[in-house]
Amino acid sequence: MHIVDRRRNPKSKSLGNRQRFLRRAKNEIREAVRDSLKKRRISEIDGGENVKIRSKSLREPSFSLGQGSGKRDFVLPGNREFKQGDVIRKPEQGGGGKGSKGSADGTGEDDFVFSLSRDEFLDIFFEDLALPNLVKARLKDLKTPEYVRAGLTTDGPPAKLNRLRTMRNSLARRIALRRPSMREIDEAAAALAAAEAATPRNEALVTELKARHARLLYQRKVVAYIDPLDLQYNRTEKRPKPRTQAVMFCLMDVSASMTQDLKDLAKRFFMLLHLFLTRHYKEVQVVFIRHTTEAQEVDEDTFFKATETGGTVISSALVEMQRIVAERFAPEDWNIYAAQASDGHNFDDDMDTCMTMLKDDILPVCQYYAYIETYSDNAISPFLSVVWSGYEDLAGSQNHFAMARVANPADIYPVFRELFSADASSRDGRSA
Amino acid sequence: MSETNQRLTRAAAASTTQPGLLYEGSEWSFDQLKRVYDEIEKIGVGEMGLDIYPNQIEVITSEQMLDAYASIGMPNMYRHWSFGKHFAREEGLYRKGARALAYELVINSNPCINYIMEENSTTMQALVLAHAAMGHNHFFKNNYLFKQWTDATSILDYLTFAKEYVTECEDAYGVDTVEAVLDSAHALMSHGISRHPVKRQSRVALREKEQRRREYEEQTYNEIWRTVPRSQLGIDTGDNLTPDLKRERLQLGLPQENILYFLEKHAPKLEPWKRELIRIVRMLAQYFYPQRQTKVMNEGCATFVHYEIMNRLYEKGLISEGAMLEFMHSHSSVVFQPRFEDKFYSGMNPYALGYAMMRDIKRICEEPTEEDRRWFPEFAGNNDPLATLKDAWANYRDDSFILQYLSPKLIRDFRLFELNDRSDSPFVQVAAIHDESGYKRVRRTLAAQYDTSLRDADIQVITADLSGGRRLTLAHKVRNDVLLDKDTCDRTLLHVAHLWGYRVKLVEIAENGDTLKEHEALPIP
Repeated sequence: MHIVDRRRNPKSKSLGNRQRFLRRAKNEIREAVRDSLKKRRISEIDGGENVKIRSKSLREPSFSLGQGSGKRDFVLPGNREFKQGDVIRKPEQGGGGKGSKGSADGTGEDDFVFSLSRDEFLDIFFEDLALPNLVKARLKDLKTPEYVRAGLTTDGPPAKLNRLRTMRNSLARRIALRRPSMREIDEAAAALAAAEAATPRNEALVTELKARHARLLYQRKVVAYIDPLDLQYNRTEKRPKPRTQAVMFCLMDVSASMTQDLKDLAKRFFMLLHLFLTRHYKEVQVVFIRHTTEAQEVDEDTFFKATETGGTVISSALVEMQRIVAERFAPEDWNIYAAQASDGHNFDDDMDTCMTMLKDDILPVCQYYAYIETYSDNAISPFLSVVWSGYEDLAGSQNHFAMARVANPADIYPVFRELFSADASSRDGRSA
Repeated sequence: MSETNQRLTRAAAASTTQPGLLYEGSEWSFDQLKRVYDEIEKIGVGEMGLDIYPNQIEVITSEQMLDAYASIGMPNMYRHWSFGKHFAREEGLYRKGARALAYELVINSNPCINYIMEENSTTMQALVLAHAAMGHNHFFKNNYLFKQWTDATSILDYLTFAKEYVTECEDAYGVDTVEAVLDSAHALMSHGISRHPVKRQSRVALREKEQRRREYEEQTYNEIWRTVPRSQLGIDTGDNLTPDLKRERLQLGLPQENILYFLEKHAPKLEPWKRELIRIVRMLAQYFYPQRQTKVMNEGCATFVHYEIMNRLYEKGLISEGAMLEFMHSHSSVVFQPRFEDKFYSGMNPYALGYAMMRDIKRICEEPTEEDRRWFPEFAGNNDPLATLKDAWANYRDDSFILQYLSPKLIRDFRLFELNDRSDSPFVQVAAIHDESGYKRVRRTLAAQYDTSLRDADIQVITADLSGGRRLTLAHKVRNDVLLDKDTCDRTLLHVAHLWGYRVKLVEIAENGDTLKEHEALPIP
């Protein structure tokens, strides 16, 4: 007999099987993943996801005897009151009845629940999405330089002096060149003094000691404690560093015309955007700006729940956004994304201000600006909204500006995919 | 339980001057494990005379156990999505706490590989070693089914080969193609077993036989026979088949119950590597066939053995009272049989039935009642329970074991009763209960429930029409009017068609020869 410890064996031996399984159930999982999004908060993307799928493509059929036909006899344990010849009415619903034998292959054909890891979840979710080509190109260019340590050098500003290395060099040099310590000199001095004080003076010894003392003093003077040779400075190098943080501005019109339904629509979109950004950036911050005729920064709950009354001035939100960018999110350090949701109403005379602000101030600092117009199905007006017609020009001339209309939750995902599809040509074609 | 309790106190009294426990506390170490195993082997092999393969004990983590679970208990299994699916399901249940993991897993191989989990306490490790390394191991080595069907020495090598082969095929032909073949083969796994081993004849012998037959036909040829209608000659006309088809039946060895074997050998369009994949699945099906037929006996044997060994360890003063209580607790939950109305009921618990029957055999050997003597004259009161049991372990499978050994006392203890269900009636009838007039009937029906040849649908390949439209015909011989489940049947038939490459038909034939139902499937190009 021998005992083998297998605990250290490579883990997740079943990874290959799992990947094959996920591939197999891809379509179902994809749907389930989309569904599950409806229940989440914008920033709630930590952890994986329990996914429930219909095991349509996961069935493993085999020839099995049907439950509904023929004669079958079976034995059960635990009789209490039955006697031979008793007759029992079968429970309704099919002939399965008492013979609760379970399905033939032991795996029910009902829903199949299992959990996806966070990565698997997001991978499936954003399968063929990518940052639009244009944005990617800009990402490559826009890099903030970063200073990184790059070894040592023998000269530099005093502030970069590497004291440890310098002292180490100095010590080595002092030992090698035999620089006498203070203790040695003191001892030599003491010996000299003793020899001079001794009553039968040994002149020869005194001379020798004197010479030794003088030599030590000389050596100490010649071999410096720290020599320019010892000096070591930290060297730093400028290296371009891709920015790994992003801020996402959610702008929404919360005037009375935005119903809760429309807000929910917008929320879905914001959520997708947030998820998407977390895929690409280490750190994503979200700023919520709601506006009526005035704009203010609020937290998520207020953003989606509270209703204000009043008219709509979109430029107020843009001004607020501009202020916040200037205060907290320097465009050199942050990738700025903005998504604006509205039902398309705006004071007519505000549109010009909006356009100018967008063109001159907002869009230049943004990586991407998406405008989502929500409208309820039953209120389709034949006319395009004020905002839509205003923004249309912009979408034509600015590549990183995109707009879309959504009426119900089912639209959100396609629209999102359209805006961010890996194959940007379709988007460009549309907006051109 | 009352008996075990008595035993516990009896043993406790005897063991006041214990020579020293094997271990204390629940943390185990490899040293302890070795000591515990040695003592267990002393009892199992030395005192009980079990005959085992050498043991190899492998300590694994719970995740590795889940892993092993998912790939039908085999290490080194080839890759397939269904194992991933099972892993995901098991993992989900385990994480939710809905299901505990098995404490061990044992592979019928030589050396016998026992997986034990690191989470187990020392007592559990002892229990597991007694259960698997002694009980299952003895059963694997001695039961006739395992001897006949499985080759314990080569299974691990074969699995390694299979895994490498599947991987090579995936590299060469793409994961999807390989997966499709494996899917289809898996669907037919339960019909990939040769239940009746063929007597092998060398090709030369076959040719000689063929030659002799032809010579005989030529010598005895008489023109006049041709004028007599064939049916009057009493020749099986093979359901009025044309001579072509009849010859084909002979050549293809039809009818053939092993559908996978038939497809592997005769499917017209399969590439050689696909045949090899089918063969791999078929070999596995064959390897697992004995396990399916001996669930009750195998678990019963292992449970009986661990119970005996743990008690002996305690009597010898090698394990503490606390350990014994821990053992009792887990033992009694393993052998618990819920009533049929209980929400935990999911059929007869093989551990409960097997263990109870083996304890009962021991009782009949040692302290038989009048009734036992009447029912089991061959061994009642022979006072040699181990020999009686070893004989049963070696020579029976579940259905025959129950038919032979289930005693009236156990039928009463389990309060077994038989129900008859007719699909055309809104009622079920209680056909027999645990009384004098019902014992035999209950026993017969219960045994039939464990008969795999009755449990699986009887499906055979009957014609292949290789010279014509190449339509493959399967026949389901319907028993007791139980038809195939339509949904799964149609799906499975698609898999048959996929491997066969042409149209496939399945006919359900009643006992009186009537055709009850037909299913057809075309391969999806």
